[in-house]
Amino acid sequence: MIRARRAKLRLFRIVTFLLFGAFFIVPIYAMFEFSTRGNGENAPRTLDNWKAIGTYPDMVAGIVNSLELAVITSIASLVVLVPTMVWVRLRLPRLRRVIELISLLPLTIPAIVLVVGFSPMYQWMGNNFSDSILTLSFAYAILVLPYAYRALDAGLAAIDVKTLSEAARSLGAGWPTVIWRVIVPNISSALLNAALLSVALVLGEYTIANNLLYPNLQVSLVSLGRTNAGVSIAVAVASLLFAFALLIAISFVGRPRRMRSEVA
Amino acid sequence: MSTTRPGIEVRLENLSRRYSGVTALDGLNLTMAPGELVALLGPSGCGKTTALRLVAGLEDADGGRVVIGGQDVTNVPANKREIGMVFQAYSLFPHMTAMQNVEFGMQLHEVGVAERRKRAVDMLDLVGLSAHVNKYANQMSGGQQQRVALARALAIEPKVLLLDEPLSALDARVRARLRDEIRRVQLEVGTTTLFVTHDQEEALAIADRVGVMNAGHIEQLGPPTAIYSRPATPFVAEFVGLTNRLAGVVRGGEVEVRGKRLPLVKPDSTEGPAIALVRPEAVSVAADGDMSAGPLVGSVISTVFLGATSRVTVDLGDITVLAQLPTSEVGAITTGTKVRLSLRTDPVLIARDEKAATEA
Repeated sequence: MIRARRAKLRLFRIVTFLLFGAFFIVPIYAMFEFSTRGNGENAPRTLDNWKAIGTYPDMVAGIVNSLELAVITSIASLVVLVPTMVWVRLRLPRLRRVIELISLLPLTIPAIVLVVGFSPMYQWMGNNFSDSILTLSFAYAILVLPYAYRALDAGLAAIDVKTLSEAARSLGAGWPTVIWRVIVPNISSALLNAALLSVALVLGEYTIANNLLYPNLQVSLVSLGRTNAGVSIAVAVASLLFAFALLIAISFVGRPRRMRSEVA
Repeated sequence: MSTTRPGIEVRLENLSRRYSGVTALDGLNLTMAPGELVALLGPSGCGKTTALRLVAGLEDADGGRVVIGGQDVTNVPANKREIGMVFQAYSLFPHMTAMQNVEFGMQLHEVGVAERRKRAVDMLDLVGLSAHVNKYANQMSGGQQQRVALARALAIEPKVLLLDEPLSALDARVRARLRDEIRRVQLEVGTTTLFVTHDQEEALAIADRVGVMNAGHIEQLGPPTAIYSRPATPFVAEFVGLTNRLAGVVRGGEVEVRGKRLPLVKPDSTEGPAIALVRPEAVSVAADGDMSAGPLVGSVISTVFLGATSRVTVDLGDITVLAQLPTSEVGAITTGTKVRLSLRTDPVLIARDEKAATEA
């Protein structure tokens, strides 16, 4: 009876896994297939489109810009969010709902509306501060707020922030030490999740960059797609595979380093 | 293990703290002698944990001073107060081993590596955990975690050790063992210690002096024996140990309870109706002799075996009375047995009303 139920459950898992696997793999395979087609109907498969990626300087610049933005945005959002969230949990618990609501706002405001709001700020920044594409990380830090907040909130909820902080304080730790040496190591998985979500979101962002006239990866992809669809699709597949590889790498890094056993 | 730091005097002077209009501490005064272990005992919400957190610097006082070793630390941040604290909740850093946990505070105090290691090993040895130095918190039992927390708190050679109900999450057997161990370690290192608990047995067993707290202030401070046998107020009498509340009348410096005259702790109490607070061990039970009706004759409702003693509950018709007597004397007394009670003529406290909040 139990064995039959287990077998059914196993079958269900395999079928679900295959279905979802196909859902992700088929479009990527189709893109890959398209990007490796030769010229002509019966032409053999070729990696020309993939090899050509490096020959489009705008594309390479777009990739580099997006990677830099991803790194800066991830770090900036974590540096701002972690101390804020710890402080709110410890000292201002009544503000937690307000902070949560604020962090969710970017999710409810369409990107194009955000652009309207950002536009005059970026005009001012361009004139008075810098017109580097890296300034987009300010906008992206707001954009990733809902995702990073959720991931970090789950991590902080899993530990007793108050007791651990107070224990560290009583042992002589100042607030930076409490956060860096006590809180951060215990929410490492949440930090990695937040960082991954930020990276994924920044690598896929198009609307804001395009409307503020900054050439990031997606803007370059669309631009290149108008002249050479094969190379454009190859870059799209590569960026998707990069995101997957990042996800897998982070899931391994985030795994506990030691085998833990509970005391009976 | 030698004394880590000579005991230091700790004074709480007129400390007060309010939370959104509610008074948690109301002018608390307490002086702890060097090396002394004082237990603050009281019901939930009496302010005992608030007092401890103010000493630790984890909360700010609205008024009053905390003086440690002659230095006013009221405005000194928690991390600069040099206190060691063991919390009610398990507080070991989960990403560190027992050894690393104990070393953490010493690292912050810039103790050299060799000295740090040696002291951590000594401390873990002191709490009987030398075989568990490389274990993480989730590989240890609750009792072991609290012992590591104690070692961690003592390793920094604190001026004062604060224990915030460190045993309340443990089962009864471990709690009793760890309680004795805390006392042994405290005596060995000689650190002035403030222990907060709501468990009277724990407080009476471990402390040099017990402070019974109620509504933000200390009702009585004294050695455990004095707290139990000579309670200063009805609240202390009722909170520490079991108490029978027997209606009586105060007259001529005595109280007459069910036909028996008992001396008063405070003979100058105002005359008139009152409630006498009588300990169960001051009540004797006899199952033989004259059982004709009387104010102290009734039937046994239950007997509870407590080991060396037993507790007998007797229904006197209008009231039930608890008596505690040596188990050897219980003999044939079982549920339903008709018995006659007698009250020992120990001085008793009286309460004026049913709530017994204050003595008039």
